[in-house]
Amino acid sequence: MNSAPRPRSSSDPIAIFSLSELQEDSGACVLINDVQIAVFYLPKETPPLYALHNWDPLGKANVLYRGIVGDINGELVVASPLYKQHYSLGTGRCLEDEATRVPTYEISLEGDSVIVTLNPRRHAA
Amino acid sequence: MTTKKIVVVGNGMVGHYYVDKLATHSARHEITVLGAEPRPAYDRVHLSEVFSGKNPEDLALTTREHYKEIGVKAHFGDAVAKIDREKKEVITDLGRRFPYDKLVLATGSYPFVPPVPGSELPGCLTYRTIDDLGEIKAHAQTGKVGVVVGGGLLGLECANALKNLGLQTHVVEFAPGLMGVQLDNGGSTMLRAMIEELDVSVHTSKATQKIVPGKDRKLRMEFADGTSLETDLIVFSAGIRPNDQLAKQADLEVGERGGITIDYHCRTSDSDIFAIGECALFGGRIFGLVAPGYRMADAALSQLTDAPVSFQGADMSTKLKLLGIDVGSIGDSHGKALHNGQACASFLYSNDRERVYKKIVVSPDGKKLLGAVLVGDCSDYDTLLQFFLNDMDLPGNPESIILPADSGAEPLLSGMTLPMSATICSCLNVTKGAIVGAIEGGCCSVADVKSVTKASTGCGGCAALLKSTVDTELAARGVEINNHLCEHFAYSRQELFYLVKVGSLKSFVDILDKHGKGRGCEVCKPTVASILASLWNDYVLKKEHVGLQDTNDNFLANMQKDGTYSIVPRIPGGEITAEKLIVIGEVAKKYQLYTKITGGQRIDLFGARVNQLPDIWSELVAAGFETGHAYGKALRTVKSCVGNSWCRYGVQDSVSMAILIENRYKGIRSPHKLKSAVSGCTRECAEAQSKDFGVIATENGWNLYVCGNGGMKPRHADLFATDLDDETLIRYIDRFLMFYIRTADRLQRTSVWMNNLEGGLDYLREVVIEDKLGIAEDLESQMALLLNTYQCEWKTTIEDPEKLKRFRQFVNSDKEDTNVVFVQERGQVRPAKETEREALLTIS
Ligand code: SRM
Ligand SMILES: Cc1cc2nc3c(=O)[nH]c(=O)nc-3n(C[C@H](O)[C@H](O)[C@H](O)COP(=O)(O)OP(=O)(O)OC[C@H]3O[C@@H](n4cnc5c(N)ncnc54)[C@H](O)[C@@H]3O)c2cc1C
Ligand code: SF4
Ligand code: FES
Repeated sequence: MNSAPRPRSSSDPIAIFSLSELQEDSGACVLINDVQIAVFYLPKETPPLYALHNWDPLGKANVLYRGIVGDINGELVVASPLYKQHYSLGTGRCLEDEATRVPTYEISLEGDSVIVTLNPRRHAA
Repeated sequence: MTTKKIVVVGNGMVGHYYVDKLATHSARHEITVLGAEPRPAYDRVHLSEVFSGKNPEDLALTTREHYKEIGVKAHFGDAVAKIDREKKEVITDLGRRFPYDKLVLATGSYPFVPPVPGSELPGCLTYRTIDDLGEIKAHAQTGKVGVVVGGGLLGLECANALKNLGLQTHVVEFAPGLMGVQLDNGGSTMLRAMIEELDVSVHTSKATQKIVPGKDRKLRMEFADGTSLETDLIVFSAGIRPNDQLAKQADLEVGERGGITIDYHCRTSDSDIFAIGECALFGGRIFGLVAPGYRMADAALSQLTDAPVSFQGADMSTKLKLLGIDVGSIGDSHGKALHNGQACASFLYSNDRERVYKKIVVSPDGKKLLGAVLVGDCSDYDTLLQFFLNDMDLPGNPESIILPADSGAEPLLSGMTLPMSATICSCLNVTKGAIVGAIEGGCCSVADVKSVTKASTGCGGCAALLKSTVDTELAARGVEINNHLCEHFAYSRQELFYLVKVGSLKSFVDILDKHGKGRGCEVCKPTVASILASLWNDYVLKKEHVGLQDTNDNFLANMQKDGTYSIVPRIPGGEITAEKLIVIGEVAKKYQLYTKITGGQRIDLFGARVNQLPDIWSELVAAGFETGHAYGKALRTVKSCVGNSWCRYGVQDSVSMAILIENRYKGIRSPHKLKSAVSGCTRECAEAQSKDFGVIATENGWNLYVCGNGGMKPRHADLFATDLDDETLIRYIDRFLMFYIRTADRLQRTSVWMNNLEGGLDYLREVVIEDKLGIAEDLESQMALLLNTYQCEWKTTIEDPEKLKRFRQFVNSDKEDTNVVFVQERGQVRPAKETEREALLTIS
């Protein structure tokens, strides 16, 4: 599902950092143009990297990167640390509330570098 | 049906049952309750538990508010003095008048005091009401010796109470044996021997002639055989007499030896007046137990509905624990009655060494059970009672029921083999059919069935049979009795704990590989993290554990609504020096944190951003503070009162003990948080009885209480052991905590754990004090391991730059979360409300 990153131009809003900044099976947060993006590194999954907006629309705080990751019926999710709703890492969909969705972003690994862009990731609705 | 004025006289157990049912089932009647006691109905059956730690309030069956809610008018502390049958009204002692269409007498009975000269002296007491308890306690406080007159069921229960009050206890019985009504000679003799082993002196065939002031003790009892006994108090428990004075005055028919005569519908000789419970006489008998009283209430109630049921008499079988000894009696336990003109047969098993006596009485053809006596071991009671009540055919060799079972033998009767008409719960009259009906209606657990059918909410004696019935019925429907942690682990927490322990597994990945599936979730990951911590006590932020922790454990602080954190340094026992207070103040000022004294005798600092946590903790650790684990499922606080160092009432040094306990158990991870407290005397200023484990000082040491809870569903802690020295106290707590850690469910506080623990407090005592499972050493060494591997997680964290990386807000920037906005209130910060934040953000 994870489409390959588009060719980059210098004006692309982008964050590049070393994979060693991330902790396995856990989240961290990057800032691109004042947008907070939660990134998750799950080395055993394909793809291994996921990026969602850090704002928990139900808990109303910037906290998603601090949630626990796992799966519900096979779907990879992060559980919000505030009230424990599950957000799909793949699509941003909230499992408990149909109407709620968190934006997802393109993220990829090139060599040892993690590349996050502000491009929304496209996925089947 | 038209609205009727129903007046109920007496608000005891049966009167209350009647009123509650009437009000909830047919709201149209105007119900008035008149009770002589100053309080609404309470559970008389469990009165004695007040001597083993319960509060009188715990016995309440209802409240004034509840009656108000269900539309019942209730008046307490004013007895009915007279019935005017012509005007159809009752008149109380205070002269109030209440008209009725139907009158229900539920006046119960009173303890019979033999007309012995001197029985009116101070110190001569009875045992029936909460007020009586107060009297007994008050006299016991200044005395050493107590006598119970009457060796029946209530007398022995009372003897137990006197023993619990620390009195040297005697039982004086007129008849040659104890519990003559229920037991045969053999059973009675065995019971006597067992009771004497408990240091209760038993005197049988003793007639008290008079009571006079004593020489050494307050009273002296002089017996017909010339002997005498000195004592400080005497409790008469020589039988009960029905409260039938009102009926007599109103010229209703009463029995020769008392009791208001009733028919199948519980009507008295005036068809507008009913009598139910212990004041009523049916078929020449008074029924001195609650269950028959409830059946009478049902019959009387049904007179107001379209489907009348009748009262047909009731079974008087009983199972009790007297002075800790199991005693059971079913049907014709003496085997005296003839059966179709033939003498019945009996089988007897008596084992002096193990102190067990069992006898069954069967029909001459050996097919039906007619009666049974059990002393010392009541494990066959449920089975026997079912054979008896349901008139079921006995097995070919009836004695097999009472002979010690070969190990592995199938139980004779279970929920499965009983007929649908079998009564499972006799207190609430719930049949197996009703239980099956509840399950078909959607109940999936014992708790569901209990709340729908009310089964097992009375004496509790049927709990095991109820569980086995529900379990077999559920299993028969293919319902798996599921206590799985989550979709990733098909085990309960307790099972997983053992698998991890036995397999020496050290990481989530290994455990998932071996015993689970999928990738885990926010339920199983923290649970496994907690199990790993309880077993091996690794640093929680170790690489392989980080992803398992709830955010609070993960950042070693409690997340607040805006994503900032609170900080709670440990303040053991609530004791703190001025220097340390100043440090906390300085830190709060520097980082602009909101400060508040918590409900746990320490200080919480709120509003720290995630990236500030390491700096704040560096300063706190440098000043000698340690983490308070406010974020963890771990020991929180051990509250203390100031104790005997300052307080004029204190009998032990509660502060030192609280500090010792808090320092000992800090950091250990458990299924849920743990709280404790130590009070310096019985005034209990530290509220130890609301804690998972609480300690209260006595003249001789410490009393240990366990499984209390404040919070959502408060539970008073149970008194677990008394007058312990320091060392024994700590040993018991070690074992108790470790046993809880091993066996509780995820997020199950000790109170809920206890409520679900089969065998309850007694079982817990057997495990912890008597080491019945032979695991005490293991529990202690496990605890020792945890204590030896304690580390302050914050100290470890601030010393490791790698770990500190996790506390950056952004991987790629030093900026802060702009959504965190504070406003000032009462001189401190608080998170801005949404509207305030919008306003502030647009201005800046
Ligand atoms: C700070 C404090 C309130 C205060 O301002 O005084 C507090 C605050 C919280 N309590 Fe509490 N409780 C605090 C004392 C209590 C007490 C009183 C006590 O301990 O003497 C109780 C009742 C006693 C008890 O637990 O039996 C109490 C019963 C609860 C409960 C209900 C637990 C239960 O089993 O019924 C919860 C919810 C839970 O744990 O699931 C809870 C949960 C919480 C949480 C963790 C809720 C949350 O997830 O955000 C709060 C966060 C604390 C923080 O951010 O630091 N808190 N809480 C108190 C901290 C005490 C301390 O120093 O550690
Ligand atoms: C210590 C103890 C242990 C027991 N253990 C068991 C047991 O294990 N199992 C069991 O089945 N039973 C047990 N019993 C018996 C059980 O408590 C009674 O069977 C039951 O309480 C009877 O209920 P009742 O409503 O008929 O009478 P009560 O509960 O006695 O209530 C009658 C109420 O009416 C009030 N009253 C009386 N006269 C008037 C008046 N004129 N006006 C207004 N109010 C009046 C009384 O004050 C009293 O509150 C025990 C009893 C005691 C004391
Ligand atoms: S519990 Fe007792 S010792 Fe402690 S403060 Fe209260 S009165 Fe004093
Ligand atoms: S038999 Fe007493 S509660 Fe069920």
